[in-house]
Amino acid sequence: MSEDFNDNKTIQAQSSETISGEGVRGVAPDKDYVRPAEVADQDLYHGHSFITKWIFCQDAKVIGVQYFLLATFTGIIGLILSWLMRLQLGFPGAAGFMTAEHYYQFVTMHGMIMVVYFLTALFLGGFGNYLIPLMVGARDMVFPYVNMVSFWMFFVAVGVLLASFFVPGGPTGSGWTLYPPQAILEGTPGSGMGIILMCVSLILFVAGFTMGGLNYLITVLQARTRGMTLMRMPLTVWGIFTATVLAMLAFPALLVSALMMTLDKVLATSFFMPTILKAGEVLEYGGGTPILFQHLFWFFGHPEVYIVALPAFGIVSDLISVHSRKNIFGYRMMVWAIVIIGALSFFVWAHHMYVSGMHPWFGFFFATTTLIIAVPTAMKVYNWILTLWKGNIRLNTVMLWCLGFIVTFVNGGITGIFLGNVTVDVPLSDTYFVVAHFHMVMGIAPLMVIMGAVYHWFPLVAGRMLSEKLGKLHFWITFLGAYSIYFPMHYLGFIGVPRRYFEMYNSPYITSAVGVNEFISMAAFLVGAAQFILIYNIIVSLRMGKPAGKNPWQANSLEWLTPTVPPEHGNWGDKLPVIHRWPYDYSVPGAKDDFIPQTTPPSEVAGTEVEKT
Amino acid sequence: MSEPKIEGYKFKPGYSGMAADTASDQTMFKGVHWGKAMMWIFLLSDTFIFSCFLISYMKGRGSTPEEWPNPSEVFALNAFGVPVPLLLIAIMTFVLITSSGTMALAVKYGYERNRKMCGWLILATALGGLTFVGMQAFEWSKLIHEGVRPWENPFGAPQFGSFFFMITGFHGTHVSIGVIFLFIYAYKTFAGHYDEGKRGWFTSMKGDYVEIEILGLYWHFVDLVWVFIFAFFYLW
Ligand code: HEM
Ligand SMILES: [Cu+2]
Repeated sequence: MSEDFNDNKTIQAQSSETISGEGVRGVAPDKDYVRPAEVADQDLYHGHSFITKWIFCQDAKVIGVQYFLLATFTGIIGLILSWLMRLQLGFPGAAGFMTAEHYYQFVTMHGMIMVVYFLTALFLGGFGNYLIPLMVGARDMVFPYVNMVSFWMFFVAVGVLLASFFVPGGPTGSGWTLYPPQAILEGTPGSGMGIILMCVSLILFVAGFTMGGLNYLITVLQARTRGMTLMRMPLTVWGIFTATVLAMLAFPALLVSALMMTLDKVLATSFFMPTILKAGEVLEYGGGTPILFQHLFWFFGHPEVYIVALPAFGIVSDLISVHSRKNIFGYRMMVWAIVIIGALSFFVWAHHMYVSGMHPWFGFFFATTTLIIAVPTAMKVYNWILTLWKGNIRLNTVMLWCLGFIVTFVNGGITGIFLGNVTVDVPLSDTYFVVAHFHMVMGIAPLMVIMGAVYHWFPLVAGRMLSEKLGKLHFWITFLGAYSIYFPMHYLGFIGVPRRYFEMYNSPYITSAVGVNEFISMAAFLVGAAQFILIYNIIVSLRMGKPAGKNPWQANSLEWLTPTVPPEHGNWGDKLPVIHRWPYDYSVPGAKDDFIPQTTPPSEVAGTEVEKT
Repeated sequence: MSEPKIEGYKFKPGYSGMAADTASDQTMFKGVHWGKAMMWIFLLSDTFIFSCFLISYMKGRGSTPEEWPNPSEVFALNAFGVPVPLLLIAIMTFVLITSSGTMALAVKYGYERNRKMCGWLILATALGGLTFVGMQAFEWSKLIHEGVRPWENPFGAPQFGSFFFMITGFHGTHVSIGVIFLFIYAYKTFAGHYDEGKRGWFTSMKGDYVEIEILGLYWHFVDLVWVFIFAFFYLW
């Protein structure tokens, strides 16, 4: 390191201290030096037949696409269920066959599908598999075989979940929170096979996810390429990595609660079942505690929110940086914010249980921790805005989705601060205000990031660009439509419309809410239909899109720097890439281009003022 | 503990050095096989599973209005006509802990490339595990014989049966899976797969003695968990 520059914010382009050659005394260290490889190159199993290449495939990229497609498929089922619910809510009786029981079942399946089988699987299984090895410069996940099994476990889990539509009694209708005792008692729709299949499916999902999750974690920790330090990883990797850590620690609680619930149902144990009087008769259950389930469920449930949100945070940071041609503002702050949010998310779960009855100090504690999370979260929002500030913004479809995300996320985050306070939550709990809040913050906001990510990375996966025109159309309908759906719901919540109701009957709500509900439903149909623009766009662009060529966005991160685009199995041809810088060297003063890829050695960009990373 | 030697990398002193080491390029845990790191993370996750079980047990035991049975009576075994409390369980625990010892020795001989010793010790570990599972089956059938069921319990709170069968069953499943793998690994050791680096049938990865250490981590973990279950069910 030359002393002259140590006091400056920027230094001459060179490798960082941790990895630069510890030059022999008197001899200047080689600027481009990156220390040799620690571990031998990974040797991979290459499939030969159709089955090993495309079905039981061990290539993380194919597994990622498999996860993506299956999660999208389940997501579309979730979407259709939401349509049916909105049809009933906006125009009671219009969905002829729908009874109140059906409505409960649809709410439950919609919620569970969207949260677990759609968003979690899509972000971690889909983007995680595709992007982690490429972004950290690995040939594949460290344990490809187990990674493959992970996807097929997910496949079986989805199969079991969907099978519950066809068993006697139908799927469970206990709400996606599956609260006992009613989840397994007669009178709740699907309290027979429905709830059992739901629990089994969740257990399978957790088992399958664990196999994938171990791969994501260890690939990030132990299989980065030469020069790829932790603080040079794209924020996408940080987000997915931290979310996976959360999942590894939160899913155990889900697994345990699902198992205990299954036993309560199948073996008539009473883990969660108190003594119950039904029609004057005492049931066989007794002595259990339903609150225990709520604790276990939300110990999983709250981190789950961040399992969905953190990858979205990471991805959106990268998209914003690339498309505003600026380095991400406060990279280290962003990393630490992700980690701190992740850690704090384990100490807030009981804010979902304010109305279950708790000691006031307990509520006080959880309200405090909940509000503290707002601090690192707000820091992230400021940093996104400061990244955009004076950037060379390309207002393309990707950027539109990112901007849409920021707005929606801030909106949902602010209502979250309302609900985090016990006194505000108690009257608002179980109203449409809550529905509006969580759809904004963990439904629509991460969905916008997924959309942006699809437009951003589709050229990498398919080698062709998506149509910008259709993309913008898709964005504007979705963005304005989503606001039309969820913004009025805040108002419905204030006037007291309860959540999970099939109908408003003759309550006073109905008179003032009829128009609003009709409007919301029409917007919901429109937004749902608009998603098929994307599917159409993908199908058409796969064959007829503009060829993307290499690195169409002029991005720095490794996934765009593979020898072949789209990347092949093994990613890097015969030589692994060597990293010299972070992925955010955009618009560097003194540089020829407005981007310096991560593999560019310092000697090639002498005279530029890059950040020291 | 001696630090591993990594070509081109000098470990740095102090806490800031530790931070720099972990954040450095390529690997976070220097010189650690990825499989070992993966097993550690899995065990962390598994720890959370068992913690959830045991915390639920504490909560359930505290909430049930009925009396909890006295462990020194329900778990007593009649030896020569005298009921000896915790006799069976003491033997079980002893066997399991001993098998941890043989496992550790197997790892040692594996790294010394002493194929025979290593194989025999893995086999001994497997047999220890099998004995444990067998004795657990015996205990289960004894309790079932006396009328304890997951849903009822003649000695008091029905939750006793529920938690006991669920948690020991879950742990027993862990032991059984471990035993299956131990037998497979014993076969692979004797057949020399780890010496030749023969590829695995499923994973097509080259065999290496590190796999035995990885299985060992799992085995020690299962033993450690047993100590907690033992304390919570039999001593409380
Ligand atoms: C077009 C988009 C969507 C529409 C129109 C929609 C509509 C609805 C409706 C009508 C309900 C039932 C409200 C009630 O009766 O209480 C609901 C519940 C729910 N939705 Fe959505 N939704 C959409 C997307 C999503 C997404 C992306 C997520 C992912 C987080 C999601 C998560 C949930 C959850 C967790 C529930 C609660 C289920 C329960 O109460 O058990 N939704 N949604
Ligand atoms: Cu929460």
